[in-house]
Amino acid sequence: MTTEFTPYAALIGGAMIGTASVLLMLLHGRIFGATGILAGILFPAGARDWSWRVMVVLGMVSAPLVYLLFAGRFPPIQSVASVPWQVVGGFLVGIGVTIGSGCTSGHGVCGMARLSKRSIAATLTFMASTALTVYVMRHVLGG
Amino acid sequence: MRLISAYLLGLLFGLGITISGMGNPAKVVNFFDVAGSWDPSLAFVMAGALAITFIGYRLVLARPRPLQEDRFFLPTSRVIDARLLGGAVIFGIGWGISGFCPGGALPVIGTFNADVLIFTAAMLAGILAARLMLKRRELALAARSAA
Repeated sequence: MTTEFTPYAALIGGAMIGTASVLLMLLHGRIFGATGILAGILFPAGARDWSWRVMVVLGMVSAPLVYLLFAGRFPPIQSVASVPWQVVGGFLVGIGVTIGSGCTSGHGVCGMARLSKRSIAATLTFMASTALTVYVMRHVLGG
Repeated sequence: MRLISAYLLGLLFGLGITISGMGNPAKVVNFFDVAGSWDPSLAFVMAGALAITFIGYRLVLARPRPLQEDRFFLPTSRVIDARLLGGAVIFGIGWGISGFCPGGALPVIGTFNADVLIFTAAMLAGILAARLMLKRRELALAARSAA
């Protein structure tokens, strides 16, 4: 399935992700990692720590509605996996980010920006693992 | 104020995800498919996010404390061990299969797309399973050192 190369939208969207990460540190003193924020909701460490996380996720979830308001349509979601594969993929992502303490936002953006060796090692590892998986799914198993 | 800013920052992040295409599995997977239908857009998402965060963090972390809390909450672990890298490998396999990562999936839940809802439910199950496993391992290690 081909997708259009969209460098400007990617750069602008990326800058927005970066701005949100910087402002969350400035205002709340927190790393903007989806894994960590979600973990703090599932396993609460007090009401004050729980409430801001819930609000961040509510803000995230309402983004497509705001997008719809301006663009007149929802952002495109082109699925690459059948339902059983979504279940397998989702389960592995959940296990991996919990054991590895972070994902693309926490390690890949915030950790790399702090030049954390841990995050750089994790990011290089999951990027390689993802690339290899995509190769196997598309060119070995066929898709 | 603290909760309003948290909401707005979640919204800003979510808009960044949807505008950049990080919430679209086909775009994400195509970034990694150099041997097939390659779409380099994701590199521009990372470049934009990293450039802003790299500079912004330097300014923010030079301050004594954040505006709405009395200290910064930064990760303290420094070790690069099998757990970190093993977790990253497993995450990568799941990301490669589905094209969704946690930060990409959460915002697009708002579209009520069936695939992202199923992915997210399975991801939550994976988080709970891994937590349970880590807890058991911790207890076993504690029991062994106590014995």
